[in-house]
Amino acid sequence: MASTVEARETRQPWILLSPALTAIVLLLIIPLAFIVVYSFWLRTAAGSEQVGFYLDNWKEALTDSFYRDILLSTLRIALITTIACALLGYPCAYFIARSKSGNKTLLLLMLILPFWISYIIRTMSWINILGVSGALNTLLVNSGLLAEPLQLLYNEPSVILGLVHFLLPFMVLNVYVSLEGIDESLESAARSLGCTSWQSFLEVTLPLSLPGLAAGGLLCFVLAAGTYITPLVLGGARDAMFANLVYEAIIVQLNWPLGSALSLMLLFVLGLVVTVYNRFVGMGQIAKSFGQE
Amino acid sequence: MTTPAVELVDIVKRFGAITALQPMSLTLPEGSFVTLLGPSGCGKTTTLRMVAGLLDPSAGEIRIKGKRVNETPIHKRNLGLVFQNYALFPHKTVYDNVAFGLRYRDIERSQIKKLVNEALDLVQLPSLGDRYPKQLSGGQQQRIALARAIVIKPDVLLLDEPLSALDANLREDMRVELKRIQHQLGITTLFVTHDQSEALAMSDTIVVMSAGNVEQVGAPEEVYNTPSSEFVARFLGASNIIESRTLSVDGEHAMVEARDFGNVPVPIERVRNAITGRESKLVIRAEFLTLNKTDKTPADGVLSVNGQVETVDYQGQAVRYFVRVGDRQLQAINMIDGHPFAEGETVSIHVRPRDCALLPGAIT
Repeated sequence: MASTVEARETRQPWILLSPALTAIVLLLIIPLAFIVVYSFWLRTAAGSEQVGFYLDNWKEALTDSFYRDILLSTLRIALITTIACALLGYPCAYFIARSKSGNKTLLLLMLILPFWISYIIRTMSWINILGVSGALNTLLVNSGLLAEPLQLLYNEPSVILGLVHFLLPFMVLNVYVSLEGIDESLESAARSLGCTSWQSFLEVTLPLSLPGLAAGGLLCFVLAAGTYITPLVLGGARDAMFANLVYEAIIVQLNWPLGSALSLMLLFVLGLVVTVYNRFVGMGQIAKSFGQE
Repeated sequence: MTTPAVELVDIVKRFGAITALQPMSLTLPEGSFVTLLGPSGCGKTTTLRMVAGLLDPSAGEIRIKGKRVNETPIHKRNLGLVFQNYALFPHKTVYDNVAFGLRYRDIERSQIKKLVNEALDLVQLPSLGDRYPKQLSGGQQQRIALARAIVIKPDVLLLDEPLSALDANLREDMRVELKRIQHQLGITTLFVTHDQSEALAMSDTIVVMSAGNVEQVGAPEEVYNTPSSEFVARFLGASNIIESRTLSVDGEHAMVEARDFGNVPVPIERVRNAITGRESKLVIRAEFLTLNKTDKTPADGVLSVNGQVETVDYQGQAVRYFVRVGDRQLQAINMIDGHPFAEGETVSIHVRPRDCALLPGAIT
């Protein structure tokens, strides 16, 4: 009865996959297909949608330098955020990975804890800290260090600050997982062969943790480039990021066709980043951070 | 007298309230192969890690070539370290792994190449320089790890259970190989293992450890034949320990009265602290209990006792028997030709008094 066993073995993965596949098709593929179709429709001056195959939205999205500039500044902000997350996150991940196992659990829990609070609330909390009558300004003015409160909010640095705050745990977790996978005796071996602890870090630990750093970097970059809440809450009028344009087109102007074309453009650019990443690093490390080998 | 390669003087290691190592002193003469043997948690790895500089002793002094090294960081101690899990750098080729220590030692490029190739020749893997560690078998990886440790000409080679991760057959080959290389280079070696056969086969000196204490230090034959404690007797090979009472002690023998075996004259060189009239423990290794048919009369001076075979553990050239004598089970390992005794069979167990050893005190 070998054939039935084989048939069952071929069938089994598909049976197990079917709930996830159903969800992906219904909630992702089909809506995405709608967006693709929408992007070729046209919004008339009267405000109604003209069904058909028009390239006007795409022409506008691809040729208008306004969109190009904001796309470039979005990628720049995402890159700065990613680098800041890497520089701040690596030492933190290293510290957690080298802690005693009891403390480790506590530290990881503290890292996850902010996720229990809404991302929007967490972003808005910066207004209470950096605002004109916020904690920081009040402290500086009351202590006599400043005569006038500083304008700390609604500029690019405050947007980047908010993004780093939001994305740092993703970086820390990814780097932590790759550091945990490094055999501790490797550093001992390097030390015994003549390395100082800093040299053994550079020779052994850092290169072996690069996959985790790259995976964390990709997540931070893609999430930062796709966000609209942080610039909406913490950014000024000139700090809009690309996703804000999509939001603006669809929610404010009710121009679904243009919004669809813009969102597909962002999807394409970020898809390109992921493809390049996958070509050079591979997606395996991200899977590892989510508990897969 | 030449300076010993390594001296440990009353070193102690405490982790918080736990004492992992009681005061321990040990001397490794130049070129010697010394083994720390014991079960997990006995302090053997702690001791090795202190010599390596991976742990700091809580008290005492460590000297390498006569110089105190307590405050010397690991990278300045000039040690070769080999780990159970090989610890090869996965992102470097075999060549770069072996060359690693040399690059930190102000050695010319051409000289590095020559030394690496010599080391690879020594471990009999001359053509694998371009490979990465994960492309090698476990045995090959451990040879490369050994090459990496010896290429820097360390003052001491520290081996932390280097054979434990290997298959049984490979382990025995590597054992011979390791001893050959150590002998050829004349390098002072501190070896940590829980495997008594490795310890017996390779060492000049064995240090048997238990629960942070040194139980016995001696040559392999000495530790094996004249254990200093019940722990050592049980840990090295299979031993039968029998309650006895010391009747008399003279210049040649300690006469004891042992349960089931009657009066046994134990040769004095195998007796420890016998006191007339006190309880003692008769130690008989499983190899020295021979099973015979009940009709065979023992040779002159050989003791015999009858028992019933309970379990037969057939191992090819040898058989391990568990034999019931009275209310106790004895273990016997006999070489055989032909058929082993059957389970349930009544046998006559013979032992020569000169194969027995005697320990003081009652059985714990």
